[in-house]
Amino acid sequence: MDHGNVDGLGFLASAPGRGGLLSWIGSTDHKRIGLLYMGCIVFMFFCGSILGMILRLKLMTPGSTLVGPQTYNAMFTLHGVIMIFLVVIPSIPASLGNILLPLQIGAEDVSFPRLNLFSWWLYVLGAVLALVSIFTGTGAPDTGWTFYVPFSERTTTNVSMAVTAVTILGFSSILTGLNFVTTIHRLRAPGMTWTRLPLFVWSLYATAWIQVLATPILGITLALVFAERVLHLGLFDPGRGGDPLLYQHLFWIYSHPAVYIMVLPAMGVISDIIPVFARKNIFGYKMIAFSSLAIAFAGSLVWAHHMFTSGMSDTAVLVFSFLTFIVAIPSAIKVFNWVSTLYKGSISVDPPLLFSLGFIFMFSVGGLTGLVQGSAGTDIHVHDTYFIVGHFHYVIFGGTGLGLFAALHFWLPKIFGRMYDKTVAKLSFWIILAGMNLLYFPMFILGLEGLPRRYYDYLPKYAHGQMLSTVGSWILAVGLVMMFANLYRGIRRGPLAGDNPWGAATLEWTTSSPPPADNFATEPVVTRGPYDFRGVARRD
Amino acid sequence: MTEHRDYAGGKLGMWLFLFTEILLFGGLFLLYAAYLHRYPADFNAGGKQLDVVLGAANTVILITSSFTVAASITALRLGETTRCLWLLAATVALALGFLVNKFFEWSAKFGHGIYPGSEHLMRLPPGENLFFGLYYAMTGLHGLHVLIGATLLTVTAALVRRGRVTQGNFGLLENAGLYWHLVDLVWIFLFPLFYLIA
Ligand code: HEM
Ligand SMILES: [Cu+2]
Repeated sequence: MDHGNVDGLGFLASAPGRGGLLSWIGSTDHKRIGLLYMGCIVFMFFCGSILGMILRLKLMTPGSTLVGPQTYNAMFTLHGVIMIFLVVIPSIPASLGNILLPLQIGAEDVSFPRLNLFSWWLYVLGAVLALVSIFTGTGAPDTGWTFYVPFSERTTTNVSMAVTAVTILGFSSILTGLNFVTTIHRLRAPGMTWTRLPLFVWSLYATAWIQVLATPILGITLALVFAERVLHLGLFDPGRGGDPLLYQHLFWIYSHPAVYIMVLPAMGVISDIIPVFARKNIFGYKMIAFSSLAIAFAGSLVWAHHMFTSGMSDTAVLVFSFLTFIVAIPSAIKVFNWVSTLYKGSISVDPPLLFSLGFIFMFSVGGLTGLVQGSAGTDIHVHDTYFIVGHFHYVIFGGTGLGLFAALHFWLPKIFGRMYDKTVAKLSFWIILAGMNLLYFPMFILGLEGLPRRYYDYLPKYAHGQMLSTVGSWILAVGLVMMFANLYRGIRRGPLAGDNPWGAATLEWTTSSPPPADNFATEPVVTRGPYDFRGVARRD
Repeated sequence: MTEHRDYAGGKLGMWLFLFTEILLFGGLFLLYAAYLHRYPADFNAGGKQLDVVLGAANTVILITSSFTVAASITALRLGETTRCLWLLAATVALALGFLVNKFFEWSAKFGHGIYPGSEHLMRLPPGENLFFGLYYAMTGLHGLHVLIGATLLTVTAALVRRGRVTQGNFGLLENAGLYWHLVDLVWIFLFPLFYLIA
């Protein structure tokens, strides 16, 4: 069904008498909050990417070029802080999760709408503090995004403000998780049983538990860095009896699970997209749902694989190495199930599917190289080299990033009621994929050859790989600009998309595009599974 | 948008939140455990310097306040608003008593040169320095929670007075009460760890 005048409809149009900016930044509508997040996240992604491009430009040739060493340190720190805490962690859950979770379970809103708005304000506060920390005090933070002690206690740069910002962002993330868990438990529409939940909801559920259970540890750890800097308690200071290794433990107890906050929602996206474009029920629904929880659980036990070379007992190394391999199992289950779903499906190669396939490819490369680091023996060789930089960019940019892009191409017509240009979308996908691989693959080789990460300068023998990588970053940038411009154009001027352009069977496609403020004209009653396509037609 | 009230949902959310609070303190408890394991003798010596009487008095104060807050919920559910308000006032008063007591305790320690980063602490063995570092971090964080809890209870009391929290709609008071029990519970762990370890 086409709606003649899409701009006058749905939650995007302001209610009578309440227009303007205030009707957005004061709105408790989960869809508006989700879009607020999305706007901020895209903006921060631009900031972070520009920093990344400059880093890459500096590294193009050996020697002292473009920026000085101190600026370089500050730039990779901020690049990491922005990308991790302001882009990737909130990316899918806070933006698309907020928009889609209530729609997918047939609810009017999340359980605590005002708390939801408050989380967004905390996010903004954290973002502003993080940006302000660059320009105030005695210089931009230069510790790396991990804020490792004792350097982070001693450096005179503006670390105190940066850790405060990240602590606040942590609380924002906790509140979102808490809201989601409660919403999923309490607000499912009649008939929406646990085994009829879309897999995206399952992944948000697992993610929300990690947000609730792991993030407080980050909060207290970074609050302690702040306290150490201001009060000199000595808790991590070897000069006063403290132990820096305990900082690393506390930090990674959060930050390893955090990588699953980053990637689980993207996996949920892929699980929702693939059946639609293969027009087949997902293979192994329960296995995929269960593996999300298994990843969340097992992923919480492996933090010390970041510390194999920091000095731990051999037993501890063995145990953590073993546990790390266990996490690979539920991740592999998902990959096999996606591939099985595609097998003998009637596949239509639309942009969301392309980005999903890109996700599977990049995530597999990232995951397999993760195993190289999970084995203590090989990790000793590659630790703190470019191999690591390659690995985590494959996983979080190639994985979560492409998952986010897939989600945008899939749900944008639902959210805005308009369609982008599919040919341009496909072209931008191929450019992005090529750029990413040229940017990050040489890093594996450079790392194996011994190039350390976070170094300002390097030996001439690495120049070749560095050059390739920098060229890759330009190709990637072209693809990104093309993709975002296409999406933006689609939102503004694209043809009307209709309620269900892809012929998907989850609940959000049964309401109008864009959805009305209350989500559904009448409360939906669910009578079938999320991937049951009988009687659901594609628009074209 | 229709106003809906989900009592069980509100409770679930509050329990999850309390869980995150426990985990927040959990990080510090982990540090405590690690350092106690490493410096048992120094922790023992540090514990000797804390005033058990003051600590015990604060324990009694908090346990009493947990009782008054629980009673205030019962009172409201029975429709006895005035009694509920008095009990809440008593709870907040006890909270302030706790903070005053803590203030005197801390100032006495400061007077002896025992404060974060002090010269005196630097001269002590490393384990004792860590003991007091943890003491200030943990009781400080707990004190902050007492303050937040007391504020929350005051706001709730104001809403009870204005008839926004009532016999039929007591979810907020109940959740504020739960929060207060958590504050109490954390202290019940802190007390033996610091005051009784000697
Ligand atoms: C726009 C394309 C990007 C480019 C050109 C780029 C480039 C770089 C470079 C050159 C470094 C520094 C490596 C070092 O010196 O150790 C780096 C580090 C990093 N990047 Fe990216 N990156 C990009 C996208 C991303 C994205 C999307 C993320 C988010 C997931 C991300 C997360 C990180 C992190 C966490 C670090 C580690 C910083 C550290 O070692 O402290 N990057 N990136
Ligand atoms: Cu890890």
